[in-house]
Amino acid sequence: MAKVAKPNELFSSIDHKPPQEGWMDTKPDFRPGTWCYPAKAKNMEILGLPYAREWSPADEDWKLPTNWKEIIIEGIRERLEKYRSLKIFMDVCVRCGACADKCHFFIGSGDPKNMPVLRAELLRSIYRKEFTLAGKLLGKIAGARELTEDVFKEWFYYFFQCTECRRCSVFCPYGIDTAEITMIGRELLNLLGCNIDWIAGPAANCYNNGNHLGIQPHAFKDMIEFFVDEIEAVTGVRVNPTFNRKGAEILFITPSGDVFADPGTYTLMGYLMLFHALDLDYTWSTYASEGGNFGMFTSHETMKRLNAKMYAESKRLGTKWILGGECGHMWRVINQYMDTMNGPADHLEVPKSPITGTVFDNARSTKMVHLVEFTADLIKNNKLKLDPTRNDHLTVTYHDSCNTARGMGFLEEPRYVINSVCNNFYEMPPNTIREQTFCCGSGSGLNTDEFMEMRMRGGLPRANAVKHVHDQHGVNTLATICAIDRAVLSASMNYWVPDVTVYGVHELVANALVLDGEKQRTTDLRGEPLPGMEDIEE
Amino acid sequence: MGMKFSLLAVVALIATAFLGVKVAGLSQFFGVVVPYIAIFMFLGGFTYRILSWARVPVPFRIPTTAGQQQSLSWIKQNKLDNPSTTAGVIGRMALEVLLFRSLFRNTKTEIQEGKITYQWEKWLWLAGLAFHYSFFVIFVRHLRFFLNPVPGFVYALDGADGFLQVGLPGVYISDLVFLAAVTYLFVRRVVIPQVRYISLPADYFPLFLLMAVGLSGVLMRYFTKVDVVKVKELAMGIVTFHPVVPTGIGVLFYIHFFLICTLFAYFPFSKLMHLGGVFLSPTRNLPNDSRMERHINPWNYPVKVHTYAEYEDHFREKMIEAGLPVEKELN
Repeated sequence: MAKVAKPNELFSSIDHKPPQEGWMDTKPDFRPGTWCYPAKAKNMEILGLPYAREWSPADEDWKLPTNWKEIIIEGIRERLEKYRSLKIFMDVCVRCGACADKCHFFIGSGDPKNMPVLRAELLRSIYRKEFTLAGKLLGKIAGARELTEDVFKEWFYYFFQCTECRRCSVFCPYGIDTAEITMIGRELLNLLGCNIDWIAGPAANCYNNGNHLGIQPHAFKDMIEFFVDEIEAVTGVRVNPTFNRKGAEILFITPSGDVFADPGTYTLMGYLMLFHALDLDYTWSTYASEGGNFGMFTSHETMKRLNAKMYAESKRLGTKWILGGECGHMWRVINQYMDTMNGPADHLEVPKSPITGTVFDNARSTKMVHLVEFTADLIKNNKLKLDPTRNDHLTVTYHDSCNTARGMGFLEEPRYVINSVCNNFYEMPPNTIREQTFCCGSGSGLNTDEFMEMRMRGGLPRANAVKHVHDQHGVNTLATICAIDRAVLSASMNYWVPDVTVYGVHELVANALVLDGEKQRTTDLRGEPLPGMEDIEE
Repeated sequence: MGMKFSLLAVVALIATAFLGVKVAGLSQFFGVVVPYIAIFMFLGGFTYRILSWARVPVPFRIPTTAGQQQSLSWIKQNKLDNPSTTAGVIGRMALEVLLFRSLFRNTKTEIQEGKITYQWEKWLWLAGLAFHYSFFVIFVRHLRFFLNPVPGFVYALDGADGFLQVGLPGVYISDLVFLAAVTYLFVRRVVIPQVRYISLPADYFPLFLLMAVGLSGVLMRYFTKVDVVKVKELAMGIVTFHPVVPTGIGVLFYIHFFLICTLFAYFPFSKLMHLGGVFLSPTRNLPNDSRMERHINPWNYPVKVHTYAEYEDHFREKMIEAGLPVEKELN
């Protein structure tokens, strides 16, 4: 892993002025910290993806097949026939530049090819050359250029420097969505086996073992049971999760990151405590033990193959509906792709909260409910005993995950829940939240260590807004509803705003949640003393 | 390079019309043949482009949700920025097309005193809106040349546009706004380093072309007069398919007319097609209802998945040992 410069050095290195020479004539500099390690052959083979091989972006020779160019041109042609989005987005951009300074990677790096418009032009220039008359006849004058290995390498560099956050598409007068362009760009890269391992590895794990982290069924159960012990130590209450249980009313699926690493683990403890408090008839699945979907960052097809497990497992277990945990891109997949790809979910029923009787009509076709809307409904109906003062040591702000914000519109539900379980809440500035939220900087499978410099650069706009409320209101807690956020914002806060700690929303819920038969709690889930309990010895 | 090329192209167009009419005496060609070609290319090209987009399927429902979704009954939905119904989508599209809703969100990012800041920046939105509306007004005003009798609304618009009553003939507000807006759009493209960096000849050319159209029009109206009655005769001839080319209209008219014809002919093959494309953009024209209604992907195909049976076959022993339920016991 390349060493990242000190925060102030990194910040002062940002220069938004483009270079003298035109963008068609510059090549990316594959220096450490700005690109991710290539996909290992074994992971590509597990997924059955083509041209699995050992190679490196740092090498001159990428070991592309001899007919690589034909494959790519054919790949573009096929996608132009399949996705109206691609065709429109290739044709209608007027280069007004409204998107340019909306991208966190451009803001944090100053690299002009991180302006969404240029990221798209990387592909558009080839589209013009191969698929438009003007491009064929006039070449560069028409903004067209030849597809060369250098262009292909540039695609790899910049399509893996985009987190598919869609912020630019909010500002584009034609709704041109760089996420769509990057997704298709990555599909093209994958046609030649040029994925990154931080995506191919988790996707392969998910395919075979049920989750990104490759946790095997017995270990999955063990890990969750470990949290059962932890919860008992804090609350004196023993929760009782079940696994792969047929006939449960609800199948619960969440990102495996919550099972594996802090601080997501505390969020997971929050889920367990909430379900216990409700005496919910639910089950975990070790087969569908992943909410996230790194297939989405590979290709639409891989997305579909990994997502298929959710409906398949709910059918096998005979549950009535599915409840999904806190995750970002998982919810973009569920909201915008799942039912189309793997539905119809006729084996399920329209979700109905067994506690409040609320029918989730907005999920009547997918039959999958977001845990935060489920909890918001519980709180609204006074079904939870809450003591928000147990979060009084926390001054909270909320980071909208890109995917739930711009791929769903999930804005008020988490705020309602947070405000119900915390007394001190402050919003970040309006240009940085809700539909204008900034990416954590490491989404879409780029949360790997060797990419740390770009992650910190991309994470800067978010961190800058957190720092603002930290300075103004003493905010020390950044609440999220995304597993990747929990992992990577911890790193970015540590780097940019070290006094701020990252929490999942259901960890905050669990802190405030009063369980029947609980002992007097002296600490929160992290073992930190609760307000007023600082002097009590364990 | 892009700028010079585009400027030269427009100068060449002007020279072509000037020499063609003045030297070669091809007023018949520029007054009749060129406009018919232009109209044919515009209508044919526009239709072709729209159809070429429309025939491509929209496999997934991918609206950019820019507001609160439809959710629990007590949570207020943002029905225009995140519509879940057709009516909402029509509202969203109307805001987008008529008021440039998305561009209105624009801000300017700056680094100031070690912080990133987001500044007010509505000039692009304002100039864009001013340009499109003034162009529209000018277009409608010109209908007086192509319709006989001239409909009342054209007169009304004409009157409203000229209400300043400055000078003779009266100055149209739309002329001033049009030229100012096009100039602004050009200047910002040159002055803002990032925008200059991304600009292609295809971005400069339409601006120069529009500037030349505007300037030649203004010259004709306010300075070097042309015979408007004869112009109307020519225009009506084209519309009624009985083309006549009256003599003595003045070469400036032919320059203006040729530039317009070029604009129309060029339109379908350029970025100007955003006019049609914006209506078909899948991130804007779809309701966010994909958890409520199943959307069909016409090319959805079966894929290879790792089934539960395969999974259990692989892990059966470990699962039994861990007390996890299995479908098949060990043999």
